[in-house]
Amino acid sequence: MTKIELTVDGAAVSDDVEPRMLLVQYLREKLGKTGTVIGCDTSNCGACTVHLDGTSVKSCNVLAVQANGRTVTTIEGLADAAEGELHPVQESFRECHGLQCGFCTPGMIMQAVDLLAENPHPSEEEVRLGMEGNLCRCTGYHNIVKSVLHAADKTAGGVSA
Amino acid sequence: MTATQDRPAAEIGKDRRRKEDQRLITGRTRWTDNITLPGMLHLAMVRSPFAHATITSIDVDAAKASPNVVTVLTGKDFGEELGVNINAWPITPDQKAPVHSPMPADRVAFAGEVVAVVVARSAAEARDAAELVDVEYDEQPAVLGIKNALKDEVLAHPDLGTNKSALWIFDSNDAGTGSDVEAAIEEARSNGILIEREYRQQRLIPAFMEPRSVVVDPTGEQLTMWSATQIPHILRFALAATTGVPESKIRVIAPDVGGGFGGKLQTTPEEWIAWAVARRLSKPVKYTETRSESLMSAHHGRDQVQTLTLAADKDGKVTGLKVHLDADMGAYISIVGGGVPVLGAFMFNAIYKFPAYRFECQTVLTNSTWTDAYRGAGRPEATYAIERLMDELAAEVGVDPLEIRERNWITHEEFPFTTVAGLEYDTGNYEAATAKAKESFGYDALRAEQRERRERGDRVQLGIGVSTFTEMCGLAPSRVLGSLDYGAGGWEHASVRMLATGKVEIVTGASAHGQGHETAFSQIVADRLGVPFEDVEVLHGDTQISHKGLDTYGSRSLVVGGEALVKAVDKVVDKARHLAAHLLEANADDLDYSGGRFTVRGTDQGVAIQELATAAFAAHNYPEDMEPSIDAEATYDPVNFNYPHGTHLCAMEVDTETGAVKMRKYTCCDDIGTIINPLIVAGQVHGGLVQGIAQALWEEAVHDESGTLVSGSFVDYLLPTAADTISFDVVHTDDPSVCTTNTLGTKGVGEAGTIASTPAVVNAVVDAVRHLGINDIQMPCTPERVWRAIEGSRAGGATDTPSDAMPHFQEGALNQDSTEGAGQ
Repeated sequence: MTKIELTVDGAAVSDDVEPRMLLVQYLREKLGKTGTVIGCDTSNCGACTVHLDGTSVKSCNVLAVQANGRTVTTIEGLADAAEGELHPVQESFRECHGLQCGFCTPGMIMQAVDLLAENPHPSEEEVRLGMEGNLCRCTGYHNIVKSVLHAADKTAGGVSA
Repeated sequence: MTATQDRPAAEIGKDRRRKEDQRLITGRTRWTDNITLPGMLHLAMVRSPFAHATITSIDVDAAKASPNVVTVLTGKDFGEELGVNINAWPITPDQKAPVHSPMPADRVAFAGEVVAVVVARSAAEARDAAELVDVEYDEQPAVLGIKNALKDEVLAHPDLGTNKSALWIFDSNDAGTGSDVEAAIEEARSNGILIEREYRQQRLIPAFMEPRSVVVDPTGEQLTMWSATQIPHILRFALAATTGVPESKIRVIAPDVGGGFGGKLQTTPEEWIAWAVARRLSKPVKYTETRSESLMSAHHGRDQVQTLTLAADKDGKVTGLKVHLDADMGAYISIVGGGVPVLGAFMFNAIYKFPAYRFECQTVLTNSTWTDAYRGAGRPEATYAIERLMDELAAEVGVDPLEIRERNWITHEEFPFTTVAGLEYDTGNYEAATAKAKESFGYDALRAEQRERRERGDRVQLGIGVSTFTEMCGLAPSRVLGSLDYGAGGWEHASVRMLATGKVEIVTGASAHGQGHETAFSQIVADRLGVPFEDVEVLHGDTQISHKGLDTYGSRSLVVGGEALVKAVDKVVDKARHLAAHLLEANADDLDYSGGRFTVRGTDQGVAIQELATAAFAAHNYPEDMEPSIDAEATYDPVNFNYPHGTHLCAMEVDTETGAVKMRKYTCCDDIGTIINPLIVAGQVHGGLVQGIAQALWEEAVHDESGTLVSGSFVDYLLPTAADTISFDVVHTDDPSVCTTNTLGTKGVGEAGTIASTPAVVNAVVDAVRHLGINDIQMPCTPERVWRAIEGSRAGGATDTPSDAMPHFQEGALNQDSTEGAGQ
């Protein structure tokens, strides 16, 4: 067991974890952050995407111990949902019907936020390439791409995490 | 015709944002795998690496000694309480089907079949211990592939004596719906056009994003199962029917479910094993599959060889169609099983007036993953075959593919039309959908560009693909299902609870997993009942709340479940009218109902339905001849399927030097009757299109010669990404042909995109290279297959494309890349 201390969605947390524990397992099993989900075993689907120190990572591809001393933001910490707040990208996914079953959605949103932070005014092509690491089976991507472009338009100065 | 026409339609047709989304975009969802119960144990499955083997011995000692392992159980440890996985649709009385034990004790029939289950305190410990279970197998010869199975040389299940499961036949001459197809074929052979083709429907994997997961809680009076399923009601019935637990003691909950596409229309070995283990240990258990397990053992779809003969006269008027399907069921006959290809039987004649038709379907067993419904289920395969054939006929006659379709389709004046397959299409307007699609697509300009590129000999050629599809959906009239030997009906149930505070609870037997029922059903109720959209709550997916239902598949939820809702709401209004008349001291016949309010004609007196709900709750003052309630329920059984249709047009660019294909434009004009929520409809169409396009271009489940699934992860099974796809042009006819057999005039849309798009894409790819002498490319149309077809045509040879993977290096050659000019 290894002791880790990190900040998750604004809260300081500390736990003893097995060295092999993945960050996504830590988030789900130890912290109950079930908004972040697991869709594959090969880091292809991106459903588990979170931010590590402000940059998107697939949390199935990061060990929990690697997050020691760092800051993790999940879909649950992107905006203060309890206060009824939504991040502009969350808002855009709803507005543009960018989700159906919603399983890929947390990962999609986290990836889109990162994409827009890097490139606040992407073209459709840039959005498609930037979202390539996240799989969706319901939407055919049409409205996901639209959602990201809509979020970019809405926040002329760019979207920040 | 529709009662809605005299009501204000404020909500129906509005692009309401979804009620479901708030929880989904903030991560407040309840997926099955999110559920944790006190004392819960975790399961890991030990699976056979062999496609066909007898189990000699299983040594579980090391696994049992592993940290925090509670027990390890094998098939031998269970008796009848393990139950069986059922087939609900024996397509013929003499269908041969092996018994499907969730965990066989003696013999495995496909790679991935469960032979033991490890129970531990954590999922990781269960998986660790599963590695320690030592199973001795005696490997048996495995039969793989339809054509091998038909030979009956190697048997998937030796006890059955054959791999042939059932032969199902429809002949229009026998059914009295048409003439003799053999006569038509003979006539065409001498005096007309005969198109004979073999098409391959490759095996696909539904690949829903949420892996399947099941939690069973045996504590309490009712045993509860949470499952990532499309069919909680059918699951409950099957558990009761096969495991000896009374149905009344079983509660099944489908919480938030992350996609299904037919892939979660199943009763699975994993559910049955979890059920048995929880009962055995009297402890809650959870099993969540890995993606590899999902791809390997959750059912696959399609997998047919289609042998087709189309007879036509010299003008391209079709005189007969003969279809023989060989369909791979995999190792077991699944819940729908052979019913999937049989659903296609009624759709090969599509939108056309064929005088003669014969359909045969031979189902076979192989030592591969079982197959069952995948989005469209039988209808995409049928649509692919006929729409590819119509393009071939057009090429033979030398006319535009749309022209050949027009010569054969049912004109809009001819509805209702009884087809050669015996279905009655109530409405449709193929001319209008085609005209609208052509216009939006820019058909003539793209054809001109295609000609120009051909004349110029451009390296990149343009192809235009057409698919004028229809489908039968809204499963289904129960009597029809009964006549086809399906084990259940096709009705749906709904109830309306008028709460004391004025809110309205709707309970539906449909079980959404991404479709947006909570939103669309709220819109229907808001309009019909005259209450605010926000005041309607839709409950579903829990057999203790929704006690009666037949769940979600076959594009049935809106057209069957929505109509049940309409009928229940109408009963509420009738009851409320009686109460209103009593309270207003008026005659019920003098009451008008509009906007959620009863008013006494010619006065300013009135009462809102939500006030009546409160009055019924208080029950201080109500008529002697009624119960103090205005709640109601309804069970609706449709009298017919419904028949959405549309014209899909696809432009593909094909690089004739590399075989690379690129989608340039895709336009579809679907006629789906009344649209409840255009936003949700567009989403269904987009997603459906990409699944169909993916069959045409990318996806294929491949077992190697020993029966191992080599496309067993998302690294190998090619799901399209945002970068592979384009934005689509989705339009609808201005004046849709509304369905006449339900009140709202709706038709199903969940499968339409998938059914229509596959042939549109392949027709476009073939069209781009047809001038090179190519008339077919096997799916998926990978660059390699396209390149081989082009190379084959240049060599003047056949255009057959091999199914094997291209070797990386030519045999015998040390280095085939020319180094000439390198290093300069």
